[in-house]
Amino acid sequence: MYFGLSEDQEFFQENIKKFLDDNASVDVIRKIATDHPEHQKDIQEGLVSLGINSLLVPEEYGGLGLNILFAAAVSQALGSGIAPSAFIGSYVMAPIAILNGGSEDQKKLYLPDMASGKISFAVGFSEFIGARENCEIIFKDGKLNGRSIFVLDSRDASHIMVADKDGKIYIASMNSEGLTKNHLTTVDKTRSFSEVIFNEVEVELLEKSKDTLNAIQKSIDAGRVALAADTVGAAQEMINKAVEYSKERKQFGRVIGSFQAVKHMCAEMTADLEPCYAMVWHAAHCIDEDEEDSRFMSCHSKAHTSEVGKVIAKKATEVHGGMGFTDLLGLHYWFKRIGVNRQLLGAPEIVREEAAKIQKLI
Amino acid sequence: MDLNYGPQYEDFKKEVQSFCNEYKDLRFVDSSQSPLASDGKGKHGPEFTRANWQKLLIERGYFARSVPKEYGGYGGDPDIIKSRIIATEFSKAKVPSGMGGQGIDMLVPTLLELGTEEQKQKYIMPTLHGEMIWCQGYSEPNAGSDLASLQTKGELIDDEWVINGQKIWTSTAQYAQMMFCLVRTEPDAPKHGGISYLLIPMDTPGIEIRPLVDMTLKAGFNEVFFTDVKVPATNIVGNRGEGWAVANATLSHERGSLADPNATMNRINMLIDLMKEESIDGKKLIDIPVYRDKLMALQGKVVAFQSHSLRTLSSKINPGQDVKLGKMIQKLVGTELRHELEGFAIDIMGEIGTLYEQSPLLRDGGSWQFIYMYFLGLIIGGGTSQIQKNIISERGLGMPREPKVKDN
Repeated sequence: MYFGLSEDQEFFQENIKKFLDDNASVDVIRKIATDHPEHQKDIQEGLVSLGINSLLVPEEYGGLGLNILFAAAVSQALGSGIAPSAFIGSYVMAPIAILNGGSEDQKKLYLPDMASGKISFAVGFSEFIGARENCEIIFKDGKLNGRSIFVLDSRDASHIMVADKDGKIYIASMNSEGLTKNHLTTVDKTRSFSEVIFNEVEVELLEKSKDTLNAIQKSIDAGRVALAADTVGAAQEMINKAVEYSKERKQFGRVIGSFQAVKHMCAEMTADLEPCYAMVWHAAHCIDEDEEDSRFMSCHSKAHTSEVGKVIAKKATEVHGGMGFTDLLGLHYWFKRIGVNRQLLGAPEIVREEAAKIQKLI
Repeated sequence: MDLNYGPQYEDFKKEVQSFCNEYKDLRFVDSSQSPLASDGKGKHGPEFTRANWQKLLIERGYFARSVPKEYGGYGGDPDIIKSRIIATEFSKAKVPSGMGGQGIDMLVPTLLELGTEEQKQKYIMPTLHGEMIWCQGYSEPNAGSDLASLQTKGELIDDEWVINGQKIWTSTAQYAQMMFCLVRTEPDAPKHGGISYLLIPMDTPGIEIRPLVDMTLKAGFNEVFFTDVKVPATNIVGNRGEGWAVANATLSHERGSLADPNATMNRINMLIDLMKEESIDGKKLIDIPVYRDKLMALQGKVVAFQSHSLRTLSSKINPGQDVKLGKMIQKLVGTELRHELEGFAIDIMGEIGTLYEQSPLLRDGGSWQFIYMYFLGLIIGGGTSQIQKNIISERGLGMPREPKVKDN
């Protein structure tokens, strides 16, 4: 029995952290966030060369053939360095959707190109999870109409994958006629989101998503666990920064980290976060093993890490005092990353209600 | 990640399950159900005295598993996975595990580690069999969180320790035959280096016990006063002045046992049952969205804590897996979570949640109120939540200690 990450998984995490340390400093992220969003592409290409695009693509389609736990470990590392790159939509949700929803031909068509870096998908499943006003995806006579918002990882994606309210998944090239992509500006500039409007767009239906929810559900479960892992990584980094800062900053003639008020905040953040690691890994493992509990676990992971992340984002900022509030330190990029993760693929109340439904409490 | 215990453990698990199945409705003839145990409603199973049940558990290897046979244990190799399987299956089946208590949970492991052969022979077997009950004499009125400042004095005069002073928060002192006690024997040594760990028979002349009623009105603490209490010089564990280290060995045993994730999982399942049964204005509590959302948030915390316990378990059987911080947070997280859970059950019952003791309309034997208060005691006892936070921040995160205030 071993409960934890493997050496390979930790090694991969280290590689990503090192790459991000070298290439995505706060200054670079600030540049991306303010006037040069195109720099995101350089970092993404670097991460793709490390293999983040092919983790979940099986070896027979040219990928690394790894599992969701591995992807969660990677997501954690990307979150800790707030990687300005596509990942959860393009390289977690999309391959899982194709693997579980695609016909053999469709898998052969898309997965090898995904693994080689030739194509990538933006993912818009919000209309399945809970459609907002004027958002609807309607498929008729081979053509798609409607609007999907919060399409994830959309900036440089060559393709798009959207779901209708019944969980059917449609694929189109981003250059399709009748498709309009409008960039959405969120507080988090490290990842990209769009609304995509379809006007008689020719699309392809993922074969097996026609009559079962397996593809969309698994893709969302994996996406939620990956978001939870991203939050865990980002929150840990905020705690580390707070502890480090508290050991340097002096007030009243002593380092602020020697005041119990500050120490207890750091201890509380640690006590809140520590169990989240096990929870997220456990949820990922349940999906990998196709266990009955996997939806239950991924819902709880998403909701619980969102709550913990929110509290840590606030407390860690407060430990930094006024500096925490400035752009000078850039701590707010982590704060915003955690904040956006919380809202994606179902905010806590929505996901908890789903957890209740899964247990037949509703 | 590998959550399988392996085939040899699958057999063991089945064996434990079938034992639990056989005895799941057992009843004790010699003591009332503890309010901490499951409700025990309508049970008509085999009858046992507490002592006989204990002996059966030891015989089968479900209790005192790794205590050598010569001292009254089962004599098995220490096996964390088997211990875990036993705890989990007993908890799932709501079969009472062996007697706890400070003698069994704290003194026995201490003696096994640090006691003399004579002490092991004399004390361990009767303790395991429930024939010798122990109480713990650590805290004093002026030595709580700052335990090492304790002042109860022990002088070695003519081959006897002569003890004078006072202890407080001494649970079970009124039933105990023995006390393991921290006493200042080296007044000139520095604070932590002047303490010895002594074993004191409770019927020694000069001991006075006064009950200290706590907020639950059920679980009993005491104050214990010592006036020229004399015990043989050999009643010491470890050397003179090493009592602090001896006590720390047992404190870590205590902290680990305070917040059992299986028990917490059982309670959240009981809470779900309660919400399916109780209603307001004809509406079941589980169908009220505000309550349901709070329930789910709590369940999320419990699930996280349970996964976490798998990770800490894993670190015990896989040397090299570092979960240092993860272990430090367990007492804090486990006790606070349980208190929150019990308190939520009281909230959703409204006025009914206030009922206690033998009141009409009482739900679940009044266990929600009792455990809610009892866990406030556990949050404070065994190192308060604030002390836990000091430990996490100082030893876990490497943050500096508060600057020392000069001693008066």
